[in-house]
Amino acid sequence: MAELRITINGASYKALDGMTILDVCRREGIHIPTLCNHPDLQTRGICRICVVDVKGSKTLQAACSTPVEAGMVISTTTDRVRKSRKTIVELLLANHYTDCTVCPKNLNCELQSLANEFGLTDLRWKERRERTIPQDDSSPVFIRDNNKCVLCQRCVRACDEMQGVYAVANLFKGDSMIVGSAFNKPIGEVVCINCGQCVAHCPTGALSEKYCIEDIWKAIDDPKKVVVVQTAPAIRAALGEEFGYPAGTRVTGKMASALRTMGFDYVFDTQFAADLTIMEEGYELLGRLRSALTGGEAPALPMTTSCSPGWIKFQEHFFPELLPNVSTCKSPQQMFGAVVKSFWAGKMGIDPENIVCVSVMPCTAKKFESIRPEMARNGRPDVDYVLTTRELAVMIKQAGIDLHDMKNSTFDNPLGESTGAATIFAASGGVMEAALRTAYEVVTGREVPFKNLDISPVRGMDGVREASIKINGAQKDWSFLEGVELKVLVAHGTANAKKVMNAVREGTMAAHFIEIMTCPGGCLGGGGQPLPGTPEIRLARAKAIYEEDADSPLRKSHENPSVKKLYEDFLGAPNSHLAHELLHTHYTARGQY
Amino acid sequence: MARKIDVVFSDFQPGSALRAALGMTPTSVIELVTKSKLRGRGGAGFPTGLKWDAARSHRSDDKFIICNADEGEPGTFKDKNILEKQTAKVIEGMAIGAYAIGASKGFIYLRGEYKYLVKDLMKKIEELKSQNLIGKDICREKGFCFDVDIKLGSGSYVCGEETALIESLESKRGEPRNKPPYPAEAGYLGQPTVVNNVETLSFIPHILLNGAEWFQQFGTEKSTGSKLFSVSGDCRKPGIYEFEFGITIRELLKEIDADPDTKAVQIGGASGFCACSDDFDKPICFEGIPTGGSIIVFNKSRSMFMVLKNFVEFFQEESCGQCVPCREGCSRMLEGIEKFEQGRGSSKTINDLLELSTTMSLASKCGFGQSVPNSFRTIASKFKDEILSAGGGEVWRS
Ligand SMILES: Cc1cc2nc3c(=O)[nH]c(=O)nc-3n(C[C@H](O)[C@H](O)[C@H](O)COP(=O)(O)O)c2cc1C
Repeated sequence: MAELRITINGASYKALDGMTILDVCRREGIHIPTLCNHPDLQTRGICRICVVDVKGSKTLQAACSTPVEAGMVISTTTDRVRKSRKTIVELLLANHYTDCTVCPKNLNCELQSLANEFGLTDLRWKERRERTIPQDDSSPVFIRDNNKCVLCQRCVRACDEMQGVYAVANLFKGDSMIVGSAFNKPIGEVVCINCGQCVAHCPTGALSEKYCIEDIWKAIDDPKKVVVVQTAPAIRAALGEEFGYPAGTRVTGKMASALRTMGFDYVFDTQFAADLTIMEEGYELLGRLRSALTGGEAPALPMTTSCSPGWIKFQEHFFPELLPNVSTCKSPQQMFGAVVKSFWAGKMGIDPENIVCVSVMPCTAKKFESIRPEMARNGRPDVDYVLTTRELAVMIKQAGIDLHDMKNSTFDNPLGESTGAATIFAASGGVMEAALRTAYEVVTGREVPFKNLDISPVRGMDGVREASIKINGAQKDWSFLEGVELKVLVAHGTANAKKVMNAVREGTMAAHFIEIMTCPGGCLGGGGQPLPGTPEIRLARAKAIYEEDADSPLRKSHENPSVKKLYEDFLGAPNSHLAHELLHTHYTARGQY
Repeated sequence: MARKIDVVFSDFQPGSALRAALGMTPTSVIELVTKSKLRGRGGAGFPTGLKWDAARSHRSDDKFIICNADEGEPGTFKDKNILEKQTAKVIEGMAIGAYAIGASKGFIYLRGEYKYLVKDLMKKIEELKSQNLIGKDICREKGFCFDVDIKLGSGSYVCGEETALIESLESKRGEPRNKPPYPAEAGYLGQPTVVNNVETLSFIPHILLNGAEWFQQFGTEKSTGSKLFSVSGDCRKPGIYEFEFGITIRELLKEIDADPDTKAVQIGGASGFCACSDDFDKPICFEGIPTGGSIIVFNKSRSMFMVLKNFVEFFQEESCGQCVPCREGCSRMLEGIEKFEQGRGSSKTINDLLELSTTMSLASKCGFGQSVPNSFRTIASKFKDEILSAGGGEVWRS
């Protein structure tokens, strides 16, 4: 790419052909306000808050969408720029239902920040927007309040570009334009995978998850209830952001203390169930490979993971004919719930009826997963309530707790014990890495041939990543795998998954095992995580996750003592009859309309 | 004094100009068009030769030429007439453009309401095909192929904006794109594309046949040639006229036999400029008062407030809605204007709206939002009292 020079506010800067004005300004630390722009999404150039003055141009130019040209002379502070930006904020506010103090986005709203940035003390258009459009609460996991929508299209782009779901679009034009679903149907009546990436990309309070905070306080305050909480791996690397810690700060121990202080009776860890998942899913994969390679009944291969509930629903809608390829394993959240209300209830002598199982997830789709009919036994859901990371932060604050004040503590046992393999479930590629660490060792009796157990080819942020491991020295039981090149593939973002699954459908996919995560970067970039979420922040969280793994004394799921004991005392062996009954599930083919 | 002339609707022998073009290299065709100083008649007035040259210079096997027949500007109906009466001429203009830039496919993007024209247009296309004036190896020129398709617009004004038009052609919402890249670099399906107005294309064959000097003898230095006008409103002879560029408003009013008590002329439709009697000696041309061709005459009996309100209502509804200054600006502007009707408007209201106008013109994403304020600015300054007294009471000054 050719190098060129431009002038910004009187100073000369180097730039590369193909960069936008915003790119250069960001790199040089020249502040440009933005709203519709988001690093995860393609540029639309529609909010116009980023306009700058370019010498020789009659109109102002949007910094986000204007490519640099050699010799360009740019000013970001002229009178026209200042006035236009301020007017744009005023225009947005004039059509925004403003109830900031009781809005879920209060103090974390990009529109509010803009109003603050421009020092607005009065509004020229005072006829304030009222709540004229009914809220759409038809989704099981989130609420759309179009009275607060600024039509930045970030939700639309997240749904289209990142997820390939196309659940929402612009409807109507001009003054009547809104974001909605096909034929203006409520979102609950169209194909939506509940991933919450729309929520995570919304700059205002137009999209927010459905809170279940009050229900949980009620359960905690009910002396008859035993309230247990599990926290997903991704929470510990992100929750701190809600309390002002830099992205990538691990707050595992503080979080456990906070949960205990809040009144949860048992503070457990979803990671326990993640290790359990690896045992079940690893053996399931090996079982399928055995059938395939020893001429048994032809199993569905490649097998895909099943931890990510957005992806499950995506597959049910868009690739129903490939449902047999999906691992029958429940997700860690649901395995955990099933174990708590069976094994643990029995062991503790507690009537499952009195157990309230709460999970904290980086995810909105988990809310939907927990209410699937197949995730309940005897009419009782295995997981009663699902909180997002953001909701947990609200609860901690409501309890008058500042995370900074918390001392480190550990999870309760036995369902709080886990390995580093479970921690990395939070990152795209982590389930694959954890599964390989176990499966390879089960088959060969030796550790995976990667330095420090770090299977780096499956790590990273590329949308689709492929890797392979050659199996040498398979033990007697697994001799059919001797010399086999185990091919694996990792994808995140369902738009990427769609490409992968199209190849599976066409039969051009050579992989044996595919990990798919719905959200960018995996669960650490989930729809329920602290805002904002950017590629940079996700990288910081991923770094924290891999550090936590590296620091763990145990890093292979099959070495988790509590999991081993669960098999000895209760389940028998991986994929046993009881394991199947409790830990495995089935899927529902759904239409596309 | 500027003359009434007759080029666009003059007789024309199909194939004659195309053959002349095929006798030249594509580059020399473009040079000729550039030399004629022909500027786009769709409103923006971009030099056609430069546009063609840009499209030619971008390499691709798939280039396109699009005839913009969306004609959505209130008060214009000239393109419909040209297409109806001079179909072969327009298509020949497209074919010459295609040859010049290296395209083999063209579209006529036809305003949805002109659907009734489709049958005749298709018939004409077939006829031209049978005469080897479009299709394969046109005029026996080996390898020069050019086909034309008709696509119907779906009733949005913004779809006349070239990049919104292209989005619409691609079956997307008709919303303007960011420019650059301009269509000449990345247009339809991301390929180099030229979008030209119907009228622009209808001049091309004449320039090929008569030369650049001939074309330049009409009009002004910076606005060569003639221009079609769609005339409506308070005059005795409404209809379509062709005048040289540079004609003054007064001369034009005389030609169309406008009402003697004409108080205002809206030039360029809703997104154009309102002229009052002080302006009547100004020339209509790109360096004077520019226009896509719509002329609406208002006599003393008309309420300029209602005219303005009508325009802004149109904009509020027709804004594609994507960018904030335009979408929200149109709504706030209409709200402000309605205040006057309710007797709640003041000079301060006008000033607020003028500031809003500045932002809309400066910061909107496309020409739509940028030109919305034209009518407000001109009407509000020239007929301020009519606006201020719209509520029926006294002119309210504060
Ligand atoms: C809102 C808007 C509407 C437009 N509508 C039309 C139209 O109906 N017909 C047209 O030829 N050009 C229209 N234009 C101008 C086109 O964008 C484009 O400049 C023109 O088609 C180019 O052709 P020309 O160079 O031959 O004029 C419109 C522009 C804007 C901003």
